[in-house]
Amino acid sequence: MSTPLKFYQVGSFAVGNRLLGDDQLSVQSRSDRTNSLTSGHRACQGCGEALGARYVMDAAMAATDGKVIAVNATGCLEVFSTPYPETSWRLPWMHSLFGNAAPVATGVAFALKAQGRSDIRVVAQGGDGGTVDIGFGPLSGMFERNDDVLYVCYDNEAYMNTGVQRSGATPPAARTNTTHAVGANPGASFTQGKNLPKIAMAHGIPYVATASVSDLHDLEAKVTKAMSIRGARYLHVLVPCPLGWGTRSEETIKLARLATESGLFPIYEAEYGTITERKKIRKQVPVDEYLQIQKRFAHLFGPKGNREYLNAIQAIADRNIAEFGLLGDAE
Amino acid sequence: MLQQIEGSKAVAETVAACMPDVVCAYPISPQTHIVEALDELTRLGKIGNCQFINVESEFSAMSVAIGSSATGARTYTATASQGLLFMVEPVYNASGLGLPIVMTVANRAIGSPINIWNDQSDSMSQRDSGWIQLYAQDNQSAADLHILAFRLAEELSLPVMVCMDGFILTHAMEEIDVAEPELVQKFLPKFTPRQVLDPQDPVSIGAMVGPEAFTEVKYLGHFKQLKALEIIPELSQEFEKVFARSAGGPDDYKGLVTKYHLEDAEVVLVALGSVLGTIKDAVDEHRKNGVKAGAMGITSFRPFPLDEVRKSLKHAQKIVVVERAFAPGVGGIVSSNIRTALSGIDIKMSTVVAGLGGRPITLKSISELVDKALYGSLPEFSFMDLDVELVERELERNLLTRRSGPMAENLLKDLGSR
Ligand SMILES: Cc1ncc(C[n+]2csc(CCOP(=O)(O)OP(=O)(O)O)c2C)c(N)n1
Ligand code: SF4
Ligand SMILES: [Mg+2]
Repeated sequence: MSTPLKFYQVGSFAVGNRLLGDDQLSVQSRSDRTNSLTSGHRACQGCGEALGARYVMDAAMAATDGKVIAVNATGCLEVFSTPYPETSWRLPWMHSLFGNAAPVATGVAFALKAQGRSDIRVVAQGGDGGTVDIGFGPLSGMFERNDDVLYVCYDNEAYMNTGVQRSGATPPAARTNTTHAVGANPGASFTQGKNLPKIAMAHGIPYVATASVSDLHDLEAKVTKAMSIRGARYLHVLVPCPLGWGTRSEETIKLARLATESGLFPIYEAEYGTITERKKIRKQVPVDEYLQIQKRFAHLFGPKGNREYLNAIQAIADRNIAEFGLLGDAE
Repeated sequence: MLQQIEGSKAVAETVAACMPDVVCAYPISPQTHIVEALDELTRLGKIGNCQFINVESEFSAMSVAIGSSATGARTYTATASQGLLFMVEPVYNASGLGLPIVMTVANRAIGSPINIWNDQSDSMSQRDSGWIQLYAQDNQSAADLHILAFRLAEELSLPVMVCMDGFILTHAMEEIDVAEPELVQKFLPKFTPRQVLDPQDPVSIGAMVGPEAFTEVKYLGHFKQLKALEIIPELSQEFEKVFARSAGGPDDYKGLVTKYHLEDAEVVLVALGSVLGTIKDAVDEHRKNGVKAGAMGITSFRPFPLDEVRKSLKHAQKIVVVERAFAPGVGGIVSSNIRTALSGIDIKMSTVVAGLGGRPITLKSISELVDKALYGSLPEFSFMDLDVELVERELERNLLTRRSGPMAENLLKDLGSR
């Protein structure tokens, strides 16, 4: 009897392929991966978005026999990937505007339907700003119509392309260039936030999942699953941004993992509005551990720190843990 | 086939005969009847495998059209007024990308104040969006121009707006010869896109372009517009051969303009759209009285047929441009283009803003314009049938008190109390 494999061998979850059989290898470790977003692009070192997008698109390509059309919102991913005459995209790719990736993808999907090309699939992608803010209405429309589109949000928790400004996905207390860490209430406000995976679930679409670049096997698996389903699908990927978060390039994966292990970024899957899988926290960490290595939260630490804010953020993590049942043994 | 049919319905059936692959729409008066009819035609299987998509906003309507057109599908949408403004960002995007989308604009005023009735300030606001703009003078041409529009758009890889006056045309019942699909097929070949999203031959579309090539990309957009000035006459001729009528309607000249008694005309009225009907009646009236009046319509406003306009107007003594929109703070929009066409020629020209927000343009008012133009009492810029007293009373109220209240509501209250 073989022992079920767990990907704990290294802290990053990133290695471990050598222990797997051919059929379990990640898409990225296969020699026939498509390199859909190939090297040479202009992302910052350690960019979580570049990493996430490469895994997502290669997995989507692997799942569709290389028949993917990608639509991109304006944002870092779009800008760093197409410094024309160079393009990093090795698949048909289109960028139109900041807020319309979802409806452009809808247009692609329906054109393919009219042409009887059901074998070709569409993936739309955008940053958190393009998704939760300016593209929110159109995205909701795409969900509501259940158009045959996989929409992927790369959440780096701010408008990075324009130089790090607050978005509807910026976490409380985070410093951005429009939520400076000065004054009576430093950093982003403690508002409701806009939890798009939950909002997507409320549309009752066939598939919603969250994922993180700290668990790339899981990310690939979710893309693969999403591509096996027809209709509107939503994947929300946490992608740390060294520039905007003020973090070390080599700590991108670690940060993504701490976000999950602290309970601030729950990882789960839902079908037709009901949660079907959640990833248990393996070793819970206090939010401090995640926050203190990020310059955007520096004002919360040190002699002039802000315990009250840290407690409030811990409370958010605790609420997530309770709501999603993130503690306990893996199911 | 000749039939008694509503303008919107005639347009819908003509668009259907063009066999679009994708139609997307968001409702707004007075465009609604067009897309309602297209929904029904799609469901009845009258448009092959056409996909009809009800989107959640005009911004998405044009965005869906962009994605669809870039995937090689013949794509159509329609809008008006606030809807056109709501989609401005993707409207510019579509022309910048060179996507041959065809869109009907059922011309309607722009708020505030909110007003559902006809004028042309909506499409005029997009005159420099890079789209070709064709204006229909009646319902037959409104329908026919769509066939021309698809052919033109696809030949040039440039989007085309067909502008038809809201209600006056969209909701009018008339006898129309709705083009037979077999004839349309003869005129409109299968769509062969210049650029297409295709896994077999992957391309990137929509990359950032910096100073090194931006001017050239924009120049090519301009170049294509100028090319359209050559192609529209050719296509119009071909259209006439296939359908035995001109796409631009009565008095059409090469699909670019319409000319009515221009040969010896001393006073020429210039306009776009349905008002040309009234204007021609006024011309007839004056001709009966021995006045050498004439009329010129502009079918292709973008590209603007500078040469044709110049040739048509250079012998006139007085020109009156009747405009259903204007440029606040300056004056006429169409007239400034006509001035460009007539540069170096000294002809007296007056701009009259008429029919804003659905105000009727009467034969009487148009006829008077000719008299006034002849006797030199028509100012360079004026508003037809402006209720001067109503305006003056509001200006007085403004002087009396700082907090004079909302302007539009004041005017209505004033009118209601009289
Ligand atoms: C209509 C419009 N408004 C604003 C912008 C400017 N803009 C371009 S990218 C961007 C931020 C993108 O943020 P996000 O979607 O989070 O992507 P990121 O760059 O962070 O990956 C903004 C504000 C724009 N291009 N278009
Ligand atoms: S700013 Fe952030 S998201 Fe943008 S390229 Fe750099 S690391 Fe990536
Ligand atoms: Mg972002």
